[in-house]
Amino acid sequence: MGIGTSVLLKMNAEKVLEAMGIQAEVVAADITKAKRDGIGADIILTTPELVVLLEGMPGKIIPIEHVFDLTEIRQKLSAALL
Amino acid sequence: MNSVLLNAFGEGSIKIQQVVTSWRESFEVAGAGLVDSKRTVPAYTQEMIQAFEELGPYMVIAPGIALAHGRPSESVIETGLSLVTLATPIEFGSESNDPVSLVIGLAAIDHDSHIDLMAALSELLMNEEKVTLLRNATKEAEVRSYLS
Repeated sequence: MGIGTSVLLKMNAEKVLEAMGIQAEVVAADITKAKRDGIGADIILTTPELVVLLEGMPGKIIPIEHVFDLTEIRQKLSAALL
Repeated sequence: MNSVLLNAFGEGSIKIQQVVTSWRESFEVAGAGLVDSKRTVPAYTQEMIQAFEELGPYMVIAPGIALAHGRPSESVIETGLSLVTLATPIEFGSESNDPVSLVIGLAAIDHDSHIDLMAALSELLMNEEKVTLLRNATKEAEVRSYLS
């Protein structure tokens, strides 16, 4: 829907990336927009239930179980980026 | 920040210790909170339910917390939130975050103008101590005191 979960995930991903010293453009999107505009994304953060809808996207898909868990987001982004 | 959050929960938007038997009923209560506080028309409640039916329990964003919402649409009068606590936690079908005992209803008039509100909501829901107090609250005034 692009106004709830994705916005929270974007804000928390930005916090984590800033703390990691990594510059990135983070965009919140619903599934339709993600499939259209997310073609060029290096990484797609989503919730586990939506992974199946994003399969085939060129970017690396990372499911985040708890969108408020900055530790989980940091661990998973670190594993993907470093 | 805090007034942003308090203003988002209009009169009638907070429903505590509700007895429901399914995720659908909890969404109906969250939707009623948005309607009662004049943020949405009743059709928005169905839009939230439809979104959950289509996309599944991804709206269960953290342990015990669901964020019920639809798209910005003609059913939204004004951006706002509702808050429902459940007397008995309900299984939503989320592998990592069931059962749910706190449902936040969200309506937004567009994709961008509620970002400050989401930041304030995020800050609240990341505070485990406050979330526990919210879940256990038995009076609306108590809930409002945790929001400020």
